[in-house]
Amino acid sequence: MTSISVFAMAGDFAEDKDVAAHIRDDHVTPALQRGRTLHLSFEGVTLVTQSFVHALISEPLRTHGEKALDLLVFEGCSTGVRGIIETVVQYSLETMDENGEAAV
Amino acid sequence: MRVHLPNSAHLSNIGGFLAQLDASDPTDLRFSMHDRWVSVHPFTLAIAACLGAQCRRAGGSVTAETYDHASVRYLVRMGLFNALGVEAPVEITEHEASGRFIPLTNIRSAEDLKAAITDLVPLLHAPPAVADPIRYVFSEMVRNVLEHAGSPVGAYVCAQYYKKSNRIAIGIADFGVGIQDTMKRFHRVTDDASAIRLALQPGFTGTTSRIGGTEFNAGAGLFFTKSIASLSRNIFLLYSGEALFKLLRQPQDQLTLNADPAMDRHRFLKVPDWPGTAIGIDIAVREDVEFSALLNEIRKAYSIDVKKRKKAYYKKIQFR
Repeated sequence: MTSISVFAMAGDFAEDKDVAAHIRDDHVTPALQRGRTLHLSFEGVTLVTQSFVHALISEPLRTHGEKALDLLVFEGCSTGVRGIIETVVQYSLETMDENGEAAV
Repeated sequence: MRVHLPNSAHLSNIGGFLAQLDASDPTDLRFSMHDRWVSVHPFTLAIAACLGAQCRRAGGSVTAETYDHASVRYLVRMGLFNALGVEAPVEITEHEASGRFIPLTNIRSAEDLKAAITDLVPLLHAPPAVADPIRYVFSEMVRNVLEHAGSPVGAYVCAQYYKKSNRIAIGIADFGVGIQDTMKRFHRVTDDASAIRLALQPGFTGTTSRIGGTEFNAGAGLFFTKSIASLSRNIFLLYSGEALFKLLRQPQDQLTLNADPAMDRHRFLKVPDWPGTAIGIDIAVREDVEFSALLNEIRKAYSIDVKKRKKAYYKKIQFR
């Protein structure tokens, strides 16, 4: 199990999509490819943009489908952060179906 | 090019300002203002600043017709004359811009944006309920400019916090390619209004024809921003090309968020051509209501398509 601190990489306002893409490419995608659990800690993050969370998890969700939710654990999320994550997860998996990509 | 600041130009009565706007011929910019009083929204200042920057870039000259009246001091402190590249009609002692406004700021890179969010928003000394919507809108809208607009002058942003009425007014403008050119790369749009309508719908972005966007762009930033204004029963303007979308105040008893802006209480206006994109937003804030509560309302309304959801995927997320 690996744990990544979003706060350590993006600060209390997580809005930098380039940082999100780095976390995705270096940690999220490899963990899902290997079938390993990844803990994404949002402890200390007070606000996050939808664009940041999209860049962080949308493509991995579309690639691995619903199964990715078994391997990703979101820790220390404030109400707002949690709401944004829920939104991105919902539309990413919905549009995977809409676009006819392989559902897992 | 021409820009005139009338005695009053806010989002509810922006027509007079736009009627006198001319963004053609960047070699000649004529700026003028009302001779007795000027009360304007940051939207107008961001547009004027863009014209000034574009004129300088083209090696043009700026002619300014200004007056020394009380409201000029506000325009000086907002950095308008610096942005236009003309001498301010009055000299004022610069105080720290604290408590009420964020002056005109030019953003050309992600680093500039980060610095603006880090350095400028705290100047308001505002509680999170006030600062968070500003940070959120600045980030989402300016990233749109940096990623899609190709604006030679970057983005100009400014904001005003009206403490008495608990309202935040934000203006953002660029001189880029505009929404129609961005959207028509991957979508069938026939004019500026249809491009704006599509850009406001969640899931449509100028970087792919795929609904839901790419790994980097979701096509949701404008929908979130419009929704933030809508939920606080305020006005939102999106201006690009010859079209302006105006979200009108939503009635208290009909406060619904719509994926399609045509379903909102709104107006599309035909206006003088603006090559880039300009956004004006008013947000009412309540210090006892967290911004996250607002975002949660948007989450509930968010739907990529009007089709009924098949499955509540979000319920399977592991939160700890």
